[in-house]
Formats: sequence, C-alpha cells, structure tokens
Amino acid sequence: MSSTPAPHVPRLYRATEHRLAAGVAAGIAEHLGIPVLRVRMAFMVLLGLSGLGLLLYAAFWAVVPPRPGDTAVPPRRDLAQLLPFVAIGLGVLLLQVFAFNSVGAAGTAGWLVAIIAVGAGVIWHQSGPERRRQWGDAAVPWLGAVVEETDRRAFVLRFIGGGVLVAVGIIGVAAVYSPAQNFDAVLNGVIFALVGLAGVGVVTGPVLWRTWNQLRSEREGRIREQERAELAAMVHDQVLHTLALIQRNASDVKTVQRLARGQERSLRNWLYKPTASPTERFAAALEQAAAEVEDTFAITVEAVVVGDRETDERVGALVAAAREALVNAARHAGVQTVSLFAEVEPEQVSVFVRDRGKGFDPDTVENHRHGVRGSIIGRMKRHGGRAEIRSEPGEGTEVRLILPISGSGSTAERDR
Amino acid sequence: MSEQEPVEGTAPRGPLRVFLVDDHAMFRAGVRAELGARVEVVGEASSVAEAVTRIAATQPDVVLLDVHMPDGGGRAVLEAMRRTHPQVRFLALSVSDAAEDVIGLIRAGARGYVTKTISPEELTDAIRRVAEGDAVFSPRLAGFVLDAFASRPDAPVADPELDQLTNREREVLRLLARGYAYKEIAKELYISIKTVETHVSNVLRKLQMSNRYELSRWAADRRLV
Repeated sequence: MSSTPAPHVPRLYRATEHRLAAGVAAGIAEHLGIPVLRVRMAFMVLLGLSGLGLLLYAAFWAVVPPRPGDTAVPPRRDLAQLLPFVAIGLGVLLLQVFAFNSVGAAGTAGWLVAIIAVGAGVIWHQSGPERRRQWGDAAVPWLGAVVEETDRRAFVLRFIGGGVLVAVGIIGVAAVYSPAQNFDAVLNGVIFALVGLAGVGVVTGPVLWRTWNQLRSEREGRIREQERAELAAMVHDQVLHTLALIQRNASDVKTVQRLARGQERSLRNWLYKPTASPTERFAAALEQAAAEVEDTFAITVEAVVVGDRETDERVGALVAAAREALVNAARHAGVQTVSLFAEVEPEQVSVFVRDRGKGFDPDTVENHRHGVRGSIIGRMKRHGGRAEIRSEPGEGTEVRLILPISGSGSTAERDR
Repeated sequence: MSEQEPVEGTAPRGPLRVFLVDDHAMFRAGVRAELGARVEVVGEASSVAEAVTRIAATQPDVVLLDVHMPDGGGRAVLEAMRRTHPQVRFLALSVSDAAEDVIGLIRAGARGYVTKTISPEELTDAIRRVAEGDAVFSPRLAGFVLDAFASRPDAPVADPELDQLTNREREVLRLLARGYAYKEIAKELYISIKTVETHVSNVLRKLQMSNRYELSRWAADRRLV
C-alpha cells in the first residue's frame, strides 16, 4: 500500500543558526536566495519609516515558524540573545530622537515599538528551551505564551507582560487624545502604576499560582471520582444483573444470546456513541427500532445508517415500515442476522432490509396477510413513498423503502 | 500502487501466517484456539512496542490488530510498521465499531476492519482475503465510507480525482452496506467479481490517500475532536 509523499512546497522558516535575533532575516534570505546582509539592510532602511522595519520583523517573527528539525534539539537558553532586543529598542529610540528629532505622536510610536520589542524579547528568552519549542510548534507561535499554564514562571511572566501591554495601551490612548500638554504627567503616572503593578505581581503571583493549582487538582480529583462512581453504577445496574440472569438461564441458549446481545449493545452505545433523541432524529429512531427487534426476536440487526435528518410524520412512517420489515425477517426468514441499511440523501431517504433466509414468492402471498401489504406497501404509498419487495425462495428477501423528500430538514451530515 | 492489486500467483501457499496483537491474553488465547486449525498463528504481542519488534522478527502474512491498547493502540503499530514492512497486511479486529476508530485505522493503512463478534469462519475468510491483497469491507465500514465521502456534495475538494468516489464505486459501496456479497454485487451490476474487487480496492486507496486536512475536517464535523 502506498501513500503519496506530500509534495515538497518550499516554506518560509526562521533560521536557527547564523541568526542575530530571531532568525527572520536569515530565513528570508535563505528562502529568496539572496545574501542575508541585503535583507538586514532592507529592514534597517524600513526601520527609519517610523519603525516600519521593526514592525515587519515582529510580524514575521510571530507568524513564521522556526525550521522544524532544527528545533529537535532546542538550543540552550542564551541570555546574550537578549542584547539584540535591547539594542533594537534603544536604536529605535535614538533614531526617533536624534535622526528625526520627532516628538509627539511619532515619538510615542517609537516608544511603543521599543517597549513591545524589549518586553517580547524578555518573555521569549526567559522561558525554558523546551517550552520555547512547544510554542514554536503551535499554529501561531506566540499563542502558547499566552494560553499556556504550566508553571509559576510562565504565570509571572505573563503577569508582567500583560502589565506592560496594558501600560503601552494606556500610553497610546493618552498620546492620541491629549497630545503634547499633559503628556509628561500622564506618562509618569502610567510608569509609576506600571512599577506598582509589577511589584504586586511579583509578590502575589506565586501565592495566587499555588492556590489556583491546588484548586485545580482538587477539582480534577472530584471529576475523576464522579466518573468512577458513574461507571460503577452502570456496571452494577446493567452488567452484573445481566451476568446474573445469564447464570440463571445458562441452559437456555436463546435467552443467553438475547441477554448478551442486549448488554453488548447497551455497553457499546455507552462507550462509543453520542446519544440522540429517537423522537427527533431519523438515525436514532431507526436504530432504536432495530434494537427493539433484536431484543424481541433474539436476532442480530446489522444497522448501517448514512446521514441523518429530523423526523416528521412521513419519516416516522418510513421508520415504522422498516421496523415491520425487520420483524417479518426476524419471524419468517429463519436467520440470525438481518442487514439494515439506510441512507439520507438530499432528495430522498431510502431504507433496505435484507436477510439471507428462506425467502418466498411475493405473488403467492395470500390476501388476508396484512403485514406486508398494509404495514409496508400501503403505509409507504399513503405517505408518498414506495416499497419494493424482492424475494426468491432460497435466496433471501430484500425490502426496499424509498421516501422522496423536499430538501428542507435534511442534514446530510451526521449532525448529532 | 502496484502492490495494491491482487496479483495472480502471489497468494501464499500453505497455511497463512498470522500474528495477534491484543492487550488481553484471554482474547488472544480464544482467537488462537478458534483459528488454530485454519491458519498458522506465528506470534502474539500485548503492547505496541512488543508488536513492532516481534512482527519485524516473524514476518507474518497478516496481523490481527486491536484498536484500543494502553500505549497507543493499533494505529501506533501501523504507523511504525507501514514504511519498513509494506508486505505485511493488517486486519483490524476490535470491539469498537465507532466511526473514528474504523476510519482512523483504515486511513493509517489497515486492509480491513472487523469486530470481535465475528464468527471464526468469517474471520478466516477475512484473513484470507486480506492476505490476497483484497480489502475487507463490512457493511458498517461501507456505511462509514459513504458517510465520509458523500456527506459534502458541494465542498471544495483539493483533488477531485483522488478524493471523490465515482458513481460506480458508490454503487458498489451501497450494495456492500446493504449486505450483498461480492458475487451478488457483480450479478446486480452486471460486472465481474474481479471488477467489484477493483472498485473496493480503489475505494480503500482513496480513503487512505485523501489528505489530512480532509480527515481533520471530517472529524471536526462529527465533533470527534
């Protein structure tokens, strides 16, 4: 058996070697096949346009994953790699202040960018190597840093990072709405607030974290205990009783088979199947009818239902006709297994009931036998469908029930 | 895909060599007892790691594979063995007939899927068919495949040639799901049994080759993930 190898699509990855900061420039250079210096130059030139280069770089960093395989052995945490972040932050500041001599909104943008860059760098490089790899594996690399909740340090880091972001946001709002005049006061207030926030975070973070951890493990324990109790109750109510009944009826093969089959189905449903109400969904109604016939006549119904839809009066009639066909097969065919196949299509619902039993000649069915004529053929006709019965002596019987429907109400997918 | 087609003369002579993978010793003993006279059981394993090493050592024709095991299940065995031992065929034998188990195992490369309620005669037949390169489709499996492929008629498909079933294949699957045997399908559709087998093998190939994206969307639609 062969499966075609995935076609090789050249993808953009961040380089993990020959990198200065996050490997974006090196990765792009490798992808495009041009010298890395030119890419870095381009970023530096763009940096002059109110920090556009840095924004681009950050965007690439967030979106482009590191090259897989390279991260298999994660590099040691390397504090020296923090330096580029600091350098970038300071560089932006200096550029804003000296080269463009800009204050006000543009200067604030520079501040914002610098703070974000340094803060992001801190969070990234303070995290452990294997966690960093996990983040890299996630669909959006940075998502992990936000949602992950594995240890205390991540928690504290998020706390501080969140504080930084909040402060940055407030600064941004202040810069937009009250430029120039009160800006210094606002800025000072925000910085003090930030320092206070960080202090509170550092002090209370571990305590909060521990408490929360305890609560969580307690809750997990409770849930586990509940599940165990539910399982025990189910095993007691059903399995043990069935086993007791089987012991008592050990000599009666038919009864034992019926009990075992009923128990098997019920356990199977409990373990593997989501439940649906048989009064609302076609598939559930049909499966319930099949289960009833199985239990009553001690046969196996191999039910296969493709698609599903809501029931209405006509679909209910179809289920009833199918049930009658199953009962007939169980009663007259003299077999252990009956196949039931139903398919819901946009324009029709069809049900097939097939056995490999005795079979009969449909033409010789006497007039007073109402099962086939009334309950199956007549019922289908009354509701605008049709029923065909194919049978030959010795070949088994197949009952085909077709019900045309209008498209509404049908869900081709098994939506339950 | 040449190894897909049942090639004349490759059907193994003598008793088929079968390997059992199941974490329940009682069940292995039962299968061994039931199959003993019909096939040659060359080995057993109760865990994924054990299965991988022992299958490589014994080189059986067919592996009967349990789906649910503590350390990863049949899927892990399949994924470990498929590349290195393409000539070994896998038949999943499980108590679960839940859609995600069946489709998952088939996508991973199993040649068939039967449940543990199967009779010894049917199981022997299934083993023989798998060993000869055929696919074993129970009515339930056919139903799942129809469900997986047919439920989104208007969904955009990356490669229609690969991912969609032809009308004929759909027809064959419907009859399978209705409980028809291969030779009855051949009679019903006025084609040869060989053609029916080809259609069934093609369906299996498409199921295995349709891409991961498709599979994950299928699973998400059914709230399996």
